Amino acid sequence: MSNANSVNKPVEQEPTEFDRKAPISAAQVRVIEDGTATLPGQERFVASVEDIPMQGIDQVDEGAPASSMWAQAWRRLRRNPLFIVSSILILIIVLMAVFPGLFAHVNPTACSLNDSTAGPRAGHPFGFDLQGCDIYSRVVYGTRTSVSIGILTTVAVVIVGGLIGAIAGYFGGIIDSLLSRLIDIFYAVPLLLGAIVLLQMFHDDSNIWKIVITLTLFSWVSMARITRSAVLSAKNLEFNTASTALGSSRIRNLFKHVLPNSLAPMIVTATMSLGSYIVAEATLDFLGVGLQGNVVSWGVDISNAQSQLTSAPMILFYPSVALAITVLAFIMLGDCVQDALDPTGELR
Amino acid sequence: MGKYLLRRILQMIPVVIGSTLLIYALVFLLPGDPVVAIFKGKPAQPQVVAQIKADYNLDKPFIIQYLLFLKNALTFNFGKTFSGQLVSDVIGRAFPNTVKLALMAFVFEAIFGVVFGVLSGMNKGRWYDSVILVLSLLLISVPTFVTGFLLQYVFGVQLAWLPVTASADPGFIDLLMPAMVLGSVSMASIIRLTRSEISANKYMDYVRTARAKGMSNKSVTLRHIIRNSMITVVTYLGADIGALMGGAMVTERIFNINGIGNVTYQAIVRGEAPLVVSVVTLMVLIFVVCNLLVDLLYVVLDPRIRYE
Repeated sequence: MSNANSVNKPVEQEPTEFDRKAPISAAQVRVIEDGTATLPGQERFVASVEDIPMQGIDQVDEGAPASSMWAQAWRRLRRNPLFIVSSILILIIVLMAVFPGLFAHVNPTACSLNDSTAGPRAGHPFGFDLQGCDIYSRVVYGTRTSVSIGILTTVAVVIVGGLIGAIAGYFGGIIDSLLSRLIDIFYAVPLLLGAIVLLQMFHDDSNIWKIVITLTLFSWVSMARITRSAVLSAKNLEFNTASTALGSSRIRNLFKHVLPNSLAPMIVTATMSLGSYIVAEATLDFLGVGLQGNVVSWGVDISNAQSQLTSAPMILFYPSVALAITVLAFIMLGDCVQDALDPTGELR
Repeated sequence: MGKYLLRRILQMIPVVIGSTLLIYALVFLLPGDPVVAIFKGKPAQPQVVAQIKADYNLDKPFIIQYLLFLKNALTFNFGKTFSGQLVSDVIGRAFPNTVKLALMAFVFEAIFGVVFGVLSGMNKGRWYDSVILVLSLLLISVPTFVTGFLLQYVFGVQLAWLPVTASADPGFIDLLMPAMVLGSVSMASIIRLTRSEISANKYMDYVRTARAKGMSNKSVTLRHIIRNSMITVVTYLGADIGALMGGAMVTERIFNINGIGNVTYQAIVRGEAPLVVSVVTLMVLIFVVCNLLVDLLYVVLDPRIRYE
C-alpha cells in the first residue's frame, strides 16, 4: 500500500552531489578513440553483438500451455527447499497425531510412581516425569491435541472470518458498516485476554472444542479484515461485470468469482496463524484455564513440569521442543506459501 | 487535525461500549453462577448469596447490571473484591508495575526489532542475515513461558546474574529479564516484518530516483527506505500493545511480579468474576487508546496521509 502512492512524493529540493562540486576541468575529461568525451567514472563495457545475440523484447514461448496463478504458485513452491523440509516435518507430525501408536508403544497414561523423575532407560528414551509417566510416549500422544486444536481453529477462523469479511466487502453499504463495527469491537479485545475471560467460566470442564471455539471467537477478526479488503479489490474486476451480463446472480458471482480471487491472502494468513493458535493453546494450559490434567497435551505437560525445573529440567524440555518444532514447521510452510502466492509482495 | 481527532474519539465510543459489553456478557450471561463459584461447591446460605448478588448488582436485569458497571468503570469505581479490598486499590498497586514491565518490553522489542530487521533487510543473503532470520523464527516458535523458564533457569538460577523473581516493588534490574522475555516474540515478528518491508522498499522506483539525483546512500536508506518501511511496523507495534498485556499475565506469573496480570490470574483462580471483568475492561480501554495514538503517529511517518 505504501508503494502505490509513492509516485506523489515531493521532489527532492536539496542540491545534488553534482551541483555542489566545482566545474570539471578540461584535463579531467578524457577523449577516447571514437571521439566521444567521457567523464571519469563513466566508462562502461559494451559487449559486441557477436558475444550476445539479439533477442526479441518480451519474448514469450507461445507453445507453452497456459498456466493459472495456482499452477505457477505450485511450481514456485515445489522448488523451495524450505517447503520440502517443512512439509516433510508436517507430514510426520500429522502422522503422529493420527496414528500415535506407530511411534510409541507405551501407554502415556500408564504411570507408576516408582519411576517418578527417573532417567532414560531401554524402551523409555526420554525418561519419566513426576508422576512416573513415560515422557516420550506423552510427547507423541500430545501431538494430536495440539495439532487438532491448531487445524480446527484455523478451519473455523477461515469459515467465520472469511464469510463475515466477504459479506462486508461484497455487499458494502449498511451491511459493511455494521459488520465493520463488529470487527472493530472484537479487534479491541486481545486474543489472550478474551480467551482467559471466556475459559475461566468453563474452569473445571474444558475440552478441545471449547478451546477451539474460544480461540476462534477472538481471532476471526484478522481473517475478516484481510478477506474484506481482498474482496473489495476483487469485486470491481471486469470478469464480474461479464458474469453479471451473462445472467449470473450476485451470490453466484461472490462464490464463483470474487471469493476464489480473494483466496490467496486468506490462505497465507491461515497457514501463518496456525502455529500461533497452537502456542496460544499451550499458553492457556499454562495459565490454568486451558485443558486439564487428564488430557495428554504438551501445554499441560509443560505447565506441570515447571515445579521440577531446577531438579529435572528435561521433563519441561521435551514437550517444549516438540511444541517448538511443530510451530516452526507450520510457520515455515506459511512463509513458503506466502513467497509462492505473492512473489512481488503486493498482497501485503 | 482537530476535526479528525474528534471523529476518531467519537468512533471509539461504540467500540468501547461494544467490547466491554462483550466481556461483561461472556462472564455474566454464560451458564455458571459467579457467586456460587466463590463457595467452591460448598453449600451457601441463601441470605449470603442474595446479599452478595445485591452488592454486585447481580440481582438486576442484565442490561441494567452492565450500565451500572459501565458508569462505575468510567469513574474508576470498580467496587470491592470478594475479600473486601477496593478493586481500584488493588489495581492501583499492581498497575505501575505492569506499565513499567510493558514499557520496557515495548522499548526493547521496538529498538532491537527494528535495528536487527533493518540490518537483515539491507544485507539480505549475508551470513548475519541468515543468523538473525533463524533466531527470530526460533523465538516465534517457542512459547513465551518456555523462553521465560529457560532464561530464569540459566541467568537467574545457574549464573545468578539477574534476580530469579522480582521484589514487591520491582526496579529496572528486577524487570530486565521479564521485559526481554515479554518482548521476545514480538521482537522476532518485528524483525521479520521490518526485513520483508525493507527488502521490498529497497527496489522501489522512488529509491532509484533518489539515488539517481545523487542523494547519499545514508539519506536514501534513512529517509526513504526505512521511513516507508516503518509505517507497517508502527501498525504492528500498535496492535502489539494488546498482545503485551495478555503476555504480561504469563511473564508476571513466571517471575512473580505483582502486576495486573498476576492480579487477574489470582482472580481467576479464586473464581472472582467481577474483578476479572474490571481488570480486563481496563486493559481493553488502554488498548483502544493506544491504537488511537498509533493512528495519530502515522501523520509523522507518512507525509501522504493528511487529516482534514
